[in-house]
Amino acid sequence: MTDQAYNFAYLDEQTKRMIRRAILKGIAVPGYQVPFASREMPMPYGWGTGGVQVTAACLTPVDVLKVIDQGADDTTNAVSIRKFFQRTAGIAVTEATQEATIIQTRHRIPETSLTTGQILVYQVPIPEPLRFLEPRETETRKMHELEEYGLMHVKLYEDIARHGTIATSYDYPVKVEGRYVMDPSPIPKFDNPKLSDSPAIQLFGAGREQRIYALPPYTNVVSLDFDDHPFQPSKAPHDCDLCGAADSYLDEVITDDQGGRMFVCSDTDFCRSRRAAGHVGRLGSAAVEASE
Amino acid sequence: MTPEALLGGFTNAPVQSALAFRSALEALARPGTLHNLTGALPPPPMSKAAGVLVLTLCDGTTPVHLAGPHDCAQVRDWITFHTGAPLVAADKAIFAIGTWAALQPLDRYAIGQPDYPDRSVTLIAELRALTQTGPRLTGPGIKTEARLSLPETAAFAQNRLQFPLGFDCFVTAADLVAGLPRSTKVEAA
Amino acid sequence: MYVAVKGGERAIDAAHAWLAEERRGDTAIAELSVAQIRAQLALAVNRVMAEGSLYDPDLAALAIKQARGDLIEAVFLIRAYRTTLPRFGASRPIDTAAMDLSRRISATFKDLPGGQILGPTFDYTHRLLDFALMAEGEAPMTPDRAAAPPESAPPEPAPHVTEMLNREGLIQTEAASDAVPPDLTREPMELPATRPLRLQALTRGDEGFVLSLAYSTQRGYGRTHAFVGELRIGAVAVEMDIPELGFAVQIGEVEVTECETVNQFIGSKTEPPQFTRGYGLVFGQTERKAISMSLVDRALRWKELGEDFVGVPAQDEEFVLMHADNVQATGFLEHIKLPHYVDFQSELELIRRLRAEALQLNEAAE
Repeated sequence: MTDQAYNFAYLDEQTKRMIRRAILKGIAVPGYQVPFASREMPMPYGWGTGGVQVTAACLTPVDVLKVIDQGADDTTNAVSIRKFFQRTAGIAVTEATQEATIIQTRHRIPETSLTTGQILVYQVPIPEPLRFLEPRETETRKMHELEEYGLMHVKLYEDIARHGTIATSYDYPVKVEGRYVMDPSPIPKFDNPKLSDSPAIQLFGAGREQRIYALPPYTNVVSLDFDDHPFQPSKAPHDCDLCGAADSYLDEVITDDQGGRMFVCSDTDFCRSRRAAGHVGRLGSAAVEASE
Repeated sequence: MTPEALLGGFTNAPVQSALAFRSALEALARPGTLHNLTGALPPPPMSKAAGVLVLTLCDGTTPVHLAGPHDCAQVRDWITFHTGAPLVAADKAIFAIGTWAALQPLDRYAIGQPDYPDRSVTLIAELRALTQTGPRLTGPGIKTEARLSLPETAAFAQNRLQFPLGFDCFVTAADLVAGLPRSTKVEAA
Repeated sequence: MYVAVKGGERAIDAAHAWLAEERRGDTAIAELSVAQIRAQLALAVNRVMAEGSLYDPDLAALAIKQARGDLIEAVFLIRAYRTTLPRFGASRPIDTAAMDLSRRISATFKDLPGGQILGPTFDYTHRLLDFALMAEGEAPMTPDRAAAPPESAPPEPAPHVTEMLNREGLIQTEAASDAVPPDLTREPMELPATRPLRLQALTRGDEGFVLSLAYSTQRGYGRTHAFVGELRIGAVAVEMDIPELGFAVQIGEVEVTECETVNQFIGSKTEPPQFTRGYGLVFGQTERKAISMSLVDRALRWKELGEDFVGVPAQDEEFVLMHADNVQATGFLEHIKLPHYVDFQSELELIRRLRAEALQLNEAAE
């Protein structure tokens, strides 16, 4: 049911046109941050206003929307954003990754491979990968113009000098098509390889910082590294205790105050479908049924 | 302004422009793929597809250049009435519309600035027909390679050399559209 | 035991219901009406209108009620509403020289054409709690209203103080411009910014932030020696050109506060010394904000006025403009309440691995 007091997908048509033009320029120059006149949204900055505006500009009445936060469909902010679009656009929603046509995400890329025709919309807090090295927009813009990315390599190299390894575990910078260094949003670096050569369109929206950027399908995305310290995606060295998956990103759940803990898939849809298909982890499915 | 200028717009703008944008997005994100654009009836010589793009992307904030035969009273009135877009000379345009020949020479258009490459023109080039044959396309959005019946290769190859500056292009014929962003490498087949 | 974060939807609904109940508070106490807020908490309403960039006292009062008195939350409600409004056109620039004054003071002259009008100010009140207000008995109205000048007397013209100084060439002239100013709410912030853009950002910026920056310039972090040349509060007409009519018509009236500071002078070998200006203009009676704004505006003009950049925050345009907006700042600050466990998990893995490696090295060394 749509809320008749608002336009389809909340935003007015002129705002949507402005966002759509920015998205198209983003697609044309992969990894480049296109400035756009972000609007105040009915949720606070930091809650995904950039992603929400991009999703609103992309939604059609025939879309099926999935919203995740931390990989899960049932986290409060994901629930809130999904309800917002149900109310203002009247679209269908799903938790199943392969059924969705648009997936809005915060901090994760789904484990299930995306497909042609899907759009993954990322919520981005700080779109500028160089921001913590250089706080000034006027400077970082120049650095992108001149492809002056030495500072980033210096930072990563200082990590190696101090820790023996690159001590960036999420929000790990990437280079797009050999040109722009891009911030992949705070996804764990475990997810970085999924950015490259995806069949889906990937759109990034930063509302407070007023930037949109994009990765068309089949775009080459490389995580920055060094020959002697190659990029390594990492995750907890465990299997999922619920579904037994050995290759998915895991959340650590503290189970008691005696140091007890379990590891479960961060991607709730992935974990559920595996369990539905009969996969059982260390703590079995019985424990799960009991708690639900 | 003739009464005809009032006709041929979207009947349900929020929904029709959303569907049209998604086609345009798919077209530009996957160079070489063909997509249908319907819902607008612009006056000739403008194609349906070009008309839909105009209704979807243009408004009072986007200066439009009409080239050659497209620069006629009917098209001017139609765009003015339906979008309010200012009609301007080529160098001021955010969108430029016309046949490939009429759009020439291409060095008139904005190709962006080194610090703001997005401030560049989007060409809407009207062709007689559009098929997945002809010059070979590679680059972002294309898994291996694609083919598209482009009017030439040299201009696009030249455009690619300026990356990240350059123009972006939609090619249209009847109700079909394909996209050709500046990132695409175009070579003779 | 595995306690999943399930039932997010039910939790949100329950939280919203609780919030509604808390907002209303004790139902044995009469509900506060929007009209009461508008009339009796007018300065809060003014602040919400100013930082919300929407002149509508009723909606601002509603927002304050809905936000339980949290003014930044109220500003946010107004902004989110404002952004959905269609735009019919732009008004003509308001003429503050023709203001219907309720307050007008100059700190630089003892008296001046148009006079000093104290108006409804806290300035000379004794800050003693008035327990009569608490006793629910309304404080008596001003006893000698009759002694006030008769309303019928035509107001004496009150030209801007800076214009009087300008006539003598004592203050730097602001070049007039017919350029369409940029619209902060419709275009992304572009740096370096123009002065119209800076002024927009300041007038809707957080009062506390702008105040602190202004205060820092007074304490030596970019000192500009400001005098309040003039502070005026009152109603101005809003006019719009109607192309079909060929002339402008008045479409409404807004109350604004305008502050012009007279600052340290500049001069060079070729130009004689002159005072310089800072400018503040804010919706409603909001004089703390308007004065702060004019000090910060002046500090930001260092380049144009040929001063040195001494590296203080109030001179740093990017720092000021990117951090003045309380809706942006609140959102980003408070978003750290949202779950971040995926990123935290990756940090946890990393630090465990680094520690394990370090311990191994230590053991090997021993």
